Amino acid sequence: MQTVFSIAVDAFAYGMVLFVISIGLSVTMGLMRVVNLAHGAFAMIGGYIASYVARDLGLGYATAVIAAVVITIIVAIPIERFLFRRIYGAPELTQVLMTIGITFCVIGIANYMMGPTLKTIPLAGALQGSADLGFRTIPVHRLFVILCGLAVALALWFAIDRTSFGVKLRASVDDAAMAAALGVRTEIIYAVSFSVAVGLAAFGGVVGAELLPVEPYYALRYMVTFLVVVSVGGAGSIPGALIACLLLGAIDTTGRYLMPEFGEFFFYLAVIAIICVFPRGLAGRAK
Amino acid sequence: MALVMNDENQRLQHRRGFISRDLAGIAVIIAIAAIGYFAFPDNLALLTRMITIALLVLSLDLVTGYCGVATLGHAALFGSGAYAAGILSAHYGINDPLLMMLAGITGGALAGLLCGAIILRAHGLPQLVLSIALINLFHEFANKASSWTGGSDGLSGIAPDPVFGLFEFDLYGHTAFFFGMALLLIVFVLLRFLVRSPFGMLCHAIKQDPLRIRAMGASPKAALIRMYAISGAVAGVGGALNAISTQVVGLDSLSFTQSAEALVMLVLGGTGSLFGALSGTVIFMLFEDYVSAANPFHWLTMVGALLIVVVLFAPKGLYGTSAAFVSRCREQRS
Repeated sequence: MQTVFSIAVDAFAYGMVLFVISIGLSVTMGLMRVVNLAHGAFAMIGGYIASYVARDLGLGYATAVIAAVVITIIVAIPIERFLFRRIYGAPELTQVLMTIGITFCVIGIANYMMGPTLKTIPLAGALQGSADLGFRTIPVHRLFVILCGLAVALALWFAIDRTSFGVKLRASVDDAAMAAALGVRTEIIYAVSFSVAVGLAAFGGVVGAELLPVEPYYALRYMVTFLVVVSVGGAGSIPGALIACLLLGAIDTTGRYLMPEFGEFFFYLAVIAIICVFPRGLAGRAK
Repeated sequence: MALVMNDENQRLQHRRGFISRDLAGIAVIIAIAAIGYFAFPDNLALLTRMITIALLVLSLDLVTGYCGVATLGHAALFGSGAYAAGILSAHYGINDPLLMMLAGITGGALAGLLCGAIILRAHGLPQLVLSIALINLFHEFANKASSWTGGSDGLSGIAPDPVFGLFEFDLYGHTAFFFGMALLLIVFVLLRFLVRSPFGMLCHAIKQDPLRIRAMGASPKAALIRMYAISGAVAGVGGALNAISTQVVGLDSLSFTQSAEALVMLVLGGTGSLFGALSGTVIFMLFEDYVSAANPFHWLTMVGALLIVVVLFAPKGLYGTSAAFVSRCREQRS
């Protein structure tokens, strides 16, 4: 019972981290149709900045989170403007090549500037220790991660489903040319959603640093995981991404707990099975 | 009548053009190999490695360049070939290089059939993700089946006999190099025939318009799976050559990194052309070798920058862009 409970908590927290990081990727992928392998690199940049702010400058955890999100967005804007904008609408192979190139560069630069060691982000005092739920205790940090994930999901749902920006965003996802013809400034929509996606990636990278440790090869190691999650959920769908993250998080965590010698075998087996049954992802729509 | 004659003539000229280009291509390959042989006599291992990777990239070109299948898991075919050849030698004691090569081809082709059957079920991003999941599955499986594959220690104990009982695999890698060159040339010539055959044309057409091919009565999926098996056989040759020349098979031959690197080399050289695949491999591996020796800390950054520059300024790949440039110059002159 104890094992089941701790697996469930860890799986839920892991799924939420995956969700926070990859939801931005899912939205931009649905919107701009770019296979973006560099998304993990932005999460990694966020983690490094937070680590630098919180550990080396000694500022608080909240400052670190905000600084990470803001600075990562500032770093990402020129990358979007000069590199990504060239590959919108290009063949997939070109996009893969370009974004792998960006990932390699970020890894190399991170390795040079921050060193090859693992970076930790010291938690705020309130997030350390464990919380008593009456019948079980769970680490506060896990709880915090889960709450963050739920908050992000709720905020995104509200922004996309209830605001006029969301209406324009959905219109651009469905048919960018038609939306532009109807007077939606699609380039602004693109830029805003790209920044939000990058900001969320950085946020997820910081919050999830306990589960996905920050080191130079972070971008390469989890790149595949994020891409898999988006593809299983169906690009551009928030409920799809949420279900995919929780499902894959559960499968991965359970596999690691119960059969660690198999590594990620079951994770990838599940991915193949899901994609073979739902070729467009769990919540994907026919084009 | 005159029209028919003209047609016949043109076709003849066309074919002659192809054959002369084939001969020129073979001459260029041999010339480059000779330059490499005399320029790096102490580094034949690198050249042999280049040949094995070139076979992998050629095989990737068959499915990606000619059939338009996006895959980041092609090393599964390469690694299967390598393990098939290695297991034959290490566990069954069959050390004849040609038999090992045959095992590699079979292993690669079977892996190709399996991967093709799964990867071709989806298109676009899901296809890419399926291929990534497959290569990771192969990797985990090889890691788990350590009594057969040696797991993360690698499969050792491969001791190939002399080729034809005459040429022993020496410490300096001379035999391995010439063996590899011979294989590369044979594969190259066969592939030139293949891509120009009606079957190759069919695959090319499927890349351009699968719906129309179906309307014309051919089955795109059957053709693509067949192409996948052929591609697996080619990758298997590369894998077996790798097992024979290095006498060890590591898990890295079944890794995502290996697949991604192969794709990078292919796109660097230019997809949809055998020369593009070869030139991409040679350029990338020389660049990697040079940069990682010059500055081991920054080589990843350099490789990344190279990729970005290629995408921005030579979107058809180095060979594709320069070929287009040459033909444009020729048109302007005439």
